[in-house]
Amino acid sequence: MVTISSNLLFIAFILYLVATLFYGGAITSKKGAIDKKGTNRWGKIAVLLTIIGFISQLGYFITRWIAAGHAPVSNMFEFTTFFGMALVGAFIVIYFIYRTTLLGLFTMPVAILVIAYASMFPREITPLIPALQSYWLHIHVTTAAIGEAILAISFAAGLIYLVKAIDQSKASKRTFWLEVVMFSLVTVLGFVAISSTFSGLGYHEKFTWIDKHGNEANLEYTMPALTGPHEGKLLTKEGFQPLVEMPALINAKKLNTVIWSLMAGLILYGVIRVILRKRIAAALKPLVKNIKLDFVDEISYRSVLIGFPVFTLGALIFAMIWAQMAWSRFWGWDPKEVWALVTWLFYAAFMHLRLSKGWHGEKSAWLAVIGFVIIMFNLVAVNLVIAGLHSYAGS
Amino acid sequence: MKDVKCECGHVNPHGTVLCEACGKVLDENEKKNPVLDMRYEGSARRSQTYNKTIIDKIWNFFSSVKVGVWLIIITLIASALGTILPQEMYIDQPPEVYYEEEYGWFGKLYYQLGFNDLYGSWWYLLLIAMIGISLVICSLDRVIPLYKALKAQRVTRHEGFLKRQRVFGINTHVDNDDFTVIKKHLKEKRYRVREENGDILAEKGRFSRWGPYVNHVGLIIFLFGGMLRFVPGMYVNENLWVREGETALVPETGEKLYLKNNQFILQHYDKNKDKTFKKAIEEAGEVVKNYQSNVILYNRVGENIPGEKPKLEAIKDYKVRVNHPLTYEGYSIFQASFRSDLEAMTFALTNKETNQSFGEMKINLRNPKSVYDLGNGYSVKLLSYFPDFEFGKNGEPSTKSRVPNNPAFVFRMISPENPKGETSFVAIKQTIEPSGNNTYKMSFKGIETKNVSGFIVRKDSSLWAIILGGIIFMIGVIQGAYWNHRRIWVQNKNGEVWIAAHTNKNWYGLKREIETVLTDTKLNIPEDQLQIEKQDKEVV
Repeated sequence: MVTISSNLLFIAFILYLVATLFYGGAITSKKGAIDKKGTNRWGKIAVLLTIIGFISQLGYFITRWIAAGHAPVSNMFEFTTFFGMALVGAFIVIYFIYRTTLLGLFTMPVAILVIAYASMFPREITPLIPALQSYWLHIHVTTAAIGEAILAISFAAGLIYLVKAIDQSKASKRTFWLEVVMFSLVTVLGFVAISSTFSGLGYHEKFTWIDKHGNEANLEYTMPALTGPHEGKLLTKEGFQPLVEMPALINAKKLNTVIWSLMAGLILYGVIRVILRKRIAAALKPLVKNIKLDFVDEISYRSVLIGFPVFTLGALIFAMIWAQMAWSRFWGWDPKEVWALVTWLFYAAFMHLRLSKGWHGEKSAWLAVIGFVIIMFNLVAVNLVIAGLHSYAGS
Repeated sequence: MKDVKCECGHVNPHGTVLCEACGKVLDENEKKNPVLDMRYEGSARRSQTYNKTIIDKIWNFFSSVKVGVWLIIITLIASALGTILPQEMYIDQPPEVYYEEEYGWFGKLYYQLGFNDLYGSWWYLLLIAMIGISLVICSLDRVIPLYKALKAQRVTRHEGFLKRQRVFGINTHVDNDDFTVIKKHLKEKRYRVREENGDILAEKGRFSRWGPYVNHVGLIIFLFGGMLRFVPGMYVNENLWVREGETALVPETGEKLYLKNNQFILQHYDKNKDKTFKKAIEEAGEVVKNYQSNVILYNRVGENIPGEKPKLEAIKDYKVRVNHPLTYEGYSIFQASFRSDLEAMTFALTNKETNQSFGEMKINLRNPKSVYDLGNGYSVKLLSYFPDFEFGKNGEPSTKSRVPNNPAFVFRMISPENPKGETSFVAIKQTIEPSGNNTYKMSFKGIETKNVSGFIVRKDSSLWAIILGGIIFMIGVIQGAYWNHRRIWVQNKNGEVWIAAHTNKNWYGLKREIETVLTDTKLNIPEDQLQIEKQDKEVV
């Protein structure tokens, strides 16, 4: 069952990749891609592939659920994969409202990156600790992820808006920040590439080090240590000797991964720039020339409107009900809870700005980007760096 | 202040921008705009009209959405700051030591700024309170005039109103059949169609306009529920430790409820049995499967007489587990933690040379005896006992607490050869002999432990407000987000047919709907005036 499950996930992943190519084809093919009267053949194939991929991933989800005996949303790999699936699902729904394949061209790569990122974490089926043994695990986590995924669609639409609206003929603050967004996406790819390279090579090196309480501990790196742990001694023969030693306060291993990912991201980005000979956003600009600005603006806003209630229900209300049962209080200012609140406050501010300050169009698109950054921060940084009660999600 | 009478005859309150009934632009400034600002229907809002007294000023301050958004943003940033380092409630050391020790100068600064208890700080509560006030005033300032304006609207609208709508179009060709077709289509699309003088107003989803106000009411109730917590007696939150086999009084229950802990159970996943998890368990080591306390809840019967054992009557036999608290009359008892307490230690009086044992003794660590008679002339006196041993400041042995965390003893070992006895100091993993040449020693044989279940006793009488607030909020948010308020005007003006439309959001959907409504008629589809403007710009 476990093998079937991971095969289905792999199939879904490949289908998403192929679908992305077809979305690209749908835009570039001559027969009016963004015509009101629907989608051309490339586009139809792309959507079909997306749906088959989604069903395949649903198959992964169900078979893994059967194998584990609980919904596969209980660790970082499972949750992030589910988030990717929800993103594809949300796109399919929005597609059938607005019928634009361009949105797929921007959403699918994000979903692919999310799933690739997820698979860098341990993929074993993990048993549930007592706090997680509740049917609220399924309800709370899935609803929250679906809410976040719908909100993420507004990011994809916002990105389309910015790529179209921002003048790329001269460098400005706007082109810089848009390029930062592009670079961040490339860096995720860099992280995936570098992690899979080293894990493919089976790289390991072991250290003993002194933690901040003065205790000796063991640490295993899976990438060559550029930043070594505090008073670390390399145990592995032929291991890479760290270039810099970190103070005990800093998690040298995680910092090392970040540095490697950034380097890989920079190299990838550099290669892309050399090939394209212009900013990534500038290179994407021809793809979006046929879409109307206020149409994508509306998709972006609509996604927030659809996603916000789902997010509130899943990430706050269901969360509170469960917290009341498991931890005896509905709210405890745990970092994950606080960041759900931060996300919620942010989108609340987003809607107020839009409604009464008239922040439509580009301002609104930037806000959609920031909102996605906050969601990603909650997913990645809060789990891996801040931890807290939700720390079981960190492995 | 004087009310304003519109040419259509409707009397509008002072400050009205668009006549409530016919929509005529009453405010000169608004006339300059090609497309009207339709928020709140151009109704007379108190905050936009009065600005004289202090009350006006306060009202205007809190009724501003700008202020509201700032409050949200500041709260957002403050909340995020509180997650940088763990909050005070999640640490188990005194905060004045903890932050500096763990995080250096940054931790010290964090503590000095008071971020260690950020969410309980006066300024954070003030922020939340201000958001609460802003919610009330913002809503009142808008909802009443909006309600009045929507209620007073008439079918026939002023020309200036129609042509300044975002979606607007004029048809010179007039055909009465078209009106019949339109009406049919509108009704199919579930519009409420009103007719006056041959003019049409089709409207649907007006209730979605109340969504924001409904959700604000929900939030206010929610915040009120949060405030109730500060009322004494509304909120009980106590820790309760009960040793296996013992019965304890449940705190804050008016000495009525008692809890007996029959057994504490700790289960781990077994990699041989739970095969699916084999790999994960091997990687993580031990993974806990279950924390459980088998308890009996008792009710005290009769009067509580001090010094006398209370009479108890069993109410509930329950297995308290994580996620499955025991609930009774508003009280909930949660499985929160556990610890193992040392219960007894066993020693044998042994000859150091021959290793011959002269009898064993078991010391109950909560209630040790002063003499243990081992028979045949052998006995051991317990001269001193330190349940939680440490060396005091002057180097003398002392005890930190009454809890036997680290027991130490001073024994006098009496034997036929040594009727006066030999003295020995025994602690965990160490023995000190004052004389240095004892014949006998107390050799350690074993310990007995007993599990102690840690419960949290909670009663939260404010939950109803939290739940109610949450439900109302969700209803309001869904109402506002998933429905749209759409209006389509089809009216006869100067021998022409004017079509105008307005929606509070989702213009794309509205425009598509107009297209279906106008099919099978000779009428042109009205245009989006904002888009025409933009297209002009884009061409340039």
